[in-house]
Amino acid sequence: MNLENVLLVGAIVFAIGLYGALTKRNAITVLMCIELMFTAVNITAVALSRYVIPAAIAVNPGAVPETAMQSLLTGQIFTIFIITIAAAEIALGLAIVMAIFRNKESVFVTDATEMKR
Amino acid sequence: MIPEIVLWLIFFIPLGSFLIIAGVIRPFFNRYAFAAGYLTIAAMASALVISIIALASVINEHAGIEYAAHRWLDIGPMNITIGITLDALTGIMLVVVTAVSLMVQIYSTAYMKGDKGYARYYAYMSLFTMSMIGLVLASSVIQIFVFWELVGLCSYLLIGFWYHKPSAAAAAKKAFIVTRIGDFGLLLGILYLFFNQDTLAASGLNSLIVADVNTAAAAGIITSGVATWLAVGIFAGAVGKSAQIPLHTWLPDAMEGPTPVSALIHAATMVAAGVFLVARFFPLFEASKEAMAAVAIIGGVTALFAATIGLVQNDIKRVLAYSTISQLGYMMLALGVGAYGAAIFHLFTHAFFKGLLFLGSGSVSHASGGTFDMRYMGGLRKIMPWTYVTFLIGSLALAGIFPLSGFWSKDEILAHAWGNGDTVSRTVFWLGLIAAFMTAFYMFRALFMTFEGEFRGGAAKDPNAEAHDEGETHPHESPWAMVGPLVVLALAAGAIGFIVNPTTSLGIVPIHWFTEFVSGHLHHETPEFNIPVALISSVLALAGIVLAYGMYGVKRSAIVSPADMGRWFRPLYQLFLNKYWFDEFYEKLLVKRVFYRGLAQGLDWSDKYLVDGLVRVIDRVGKGTGRVVSHLQNGQLQGYGLGISVGIVLIFGIYLAIR
Repeated sequence: MNLENVLLVGAIVFAIGLYGALTKRNAITVLMCIELMFTAVNITAVALSRYVIPAAIAVNPGAVPETAMQSLLTGQIFTIFIITIAAAEIALGLAIVMAIFRNKESVFVTDATEMKR
Repeated sequence: MIPEIVLWLIFFIPLGSFLIIAGVIRPFFNRYAFAAGYLTIAAMASALVISIIALASVINEHAGIEYAAHRWLDIGPMNITIGITLDALTGIMLVVVTAVSLMVQIYSTAYMKGDKGYARYYAYMSLFTMSMIGLVLASSVIQIFVFWELVGLCSYLLIGFWYHKPSAAAAAKKAFIVTRIGDFGLLLGILYLFFNQDTLAASGLNSLIVADVNTAAAAGIITSGVATWLAVGIFAGAVGKSAQIPLHTWLPDAMEGPTPVSALIHAATMVAAGVFLVARFFPLFEASKEAMAAVAIIGGVTALFAATIGLVQNDIKRVLAYSTISQLGYMMLALGVGAYGAAIFHLFTHAFFKGLLFLGSGSVSHASGGTFDMRYMGGLRKIMPWTYVTFLIGSLALAGIFPLSGFWSKDEILAHAWGNGDTVSRTVFWLGLIAAFMTAFYMFRALFMTFEGEFRGGAAKDPNAEAHDEGETHPHESPWAMVGPLVVLALAAGAIGFIVNPTTSLGIVPIHWFTEFVSGHLHHETPEFNIPVALISSVLALAGIVLAYGMYGVKRSAIVSPADMGRWFRPLYQLFLNKYWFDEFYEKLLVKRVFYRGLAQGLDWSDKYLVDGLVRVIDRVGKGTGRVVSHLQNGQLQGYGLGISVGIVLIFGIYLAIR
């Protein structure tokens, strides 16, 4: 278990999410894929937070400035925020999907083209 | 010594008159427009009085009076000043301008009576007099240029005074544009002085002050080669204003304006401004032989050329207009041969007798119902004796008959040209002599056609006349307001030549006083009164009068009929009648062919296809790109997402590749 492997997992999850978000017609699937991309970002943030700063401290504790010590858990805290925001966002997204469905009897993103030129 | 502020009054009184008429009387009290006339007359009279005081002051001082120049603009090392020059030339010009102007304003009260633009007329007249006074007082080159353009503007406004007449509007435009061609030369000359201040500044002189330029030219600081170009530029301006060949075409057309305007502006004062300008820069001209020769030759050729056209004109004002051009040519000729005093003397006498003749022509036109065509006049001698006698005096003076004023000034010029002895002077002497013969002929032709024989119907018969009176035209003598100025000017035209410049000492007036006075600072030798030259020119003038009498003076059967003359000299007659086809040459060839078809059409083409084409190409590129790119906005959310993703990957890829 090292930094590279965790980042690789994050990248793979992100790619899967991106692929799904760009290819699936169903809006709910798209939303799910966006959740996957969030997750990938979370994994990356936590991994960098876990590995990079502690490693620097371990090498030379005296040279690390106070601010670095304070930002030891930045990634983890950020992740919690992202999860919260993502929950709110997905609720909003589902509400929009419901509204579109009421109007068009369809949840396909390819049908929601009112904004074309 | 006269205080400077008093001199400024000569300038500011007409300006005030203009402002009051244009700002108060015309917009608010146009019902009382007659007040404008009296106001202008009062302004001119007071300006005349101060001018005479100024002239007397110069005479007493025996020299020009220097006034410190006022600073106007300092731009870096360049100092533009405003100031007054008061020397003999200025003093004489001031008196001429204000005196003739006063006479013309009095005359106009009757001549312009009932005209809708009465107040406007006097506003322009005041403005013109102010500008002319500003021009003769000016001490700096910039000042000269400003007032030079202002008199041009006034000329334009007054020629086009009856702007509802298309011919008047066209004549005004023509006068403005043709003189502008000359003004361009003047402007170039001024710009040269502008950009070469350092040369003069090294000697402590300011290249924008006329006196300093003249000093520098006389001292050789301005080299002869440079002086030539400067003088030619300034002379170009003078050629335009004084209607010399080849820019003379506007002056005959300028007769579209009211007759008093022709008398004041296009005979006595403004057209003489060109002569004045050359006289003002005379030391500069003298520094260059070539420039002097150019002035002499252009003047001499113009004197003869305009006289030949004057021989065959039927419009009395056009005869006088060509005569004016011819006499201005005389003045230029005189300047060119170095007869500075004689040139100014001729300017002085010419202003009076030509102003008189123009006012006289206005009087006959007034009498015969508004026509200027001499073929419809005739027999007016008995009906209007005052006009006849004054016109006769003016004609005799212009023809140069002893002892009227024109004789003395013309003879002075010819004597000087003959006395010089070089080729150029001799050539222009002969040109001037032939012109003198023609002058006498066309003036008396006009006199006989107008005043002798039977009355030929006036405006009622003239198919081209503006206002057709119903029925017959009844000729009558003009009112006193018109006759009075004629008499005053006739007295001046008759006597002033001998009084101010006598050939023997007259007690208080010393011999050759005028020419000595004017050219005193130039240290010229005034040539003696040349009796053979005077005799020859007098005989020629008399011959001209006799010929005119033979052709037009005898009742019914002329000794030599004009028609026969026209047949015998048919090519020449056609040449003169068509004014050497100058107008056609300018209009058809230069304007239509060269400027319009050549230049303007080329520019039009490049504007249409190059400039507009470029604009259109830019327009098409934007529009086309927009049309293509707008297809990308298809509302497919995932397409946008793909574009963003690919874009990010590309940007990162490029970043990594070039890092």
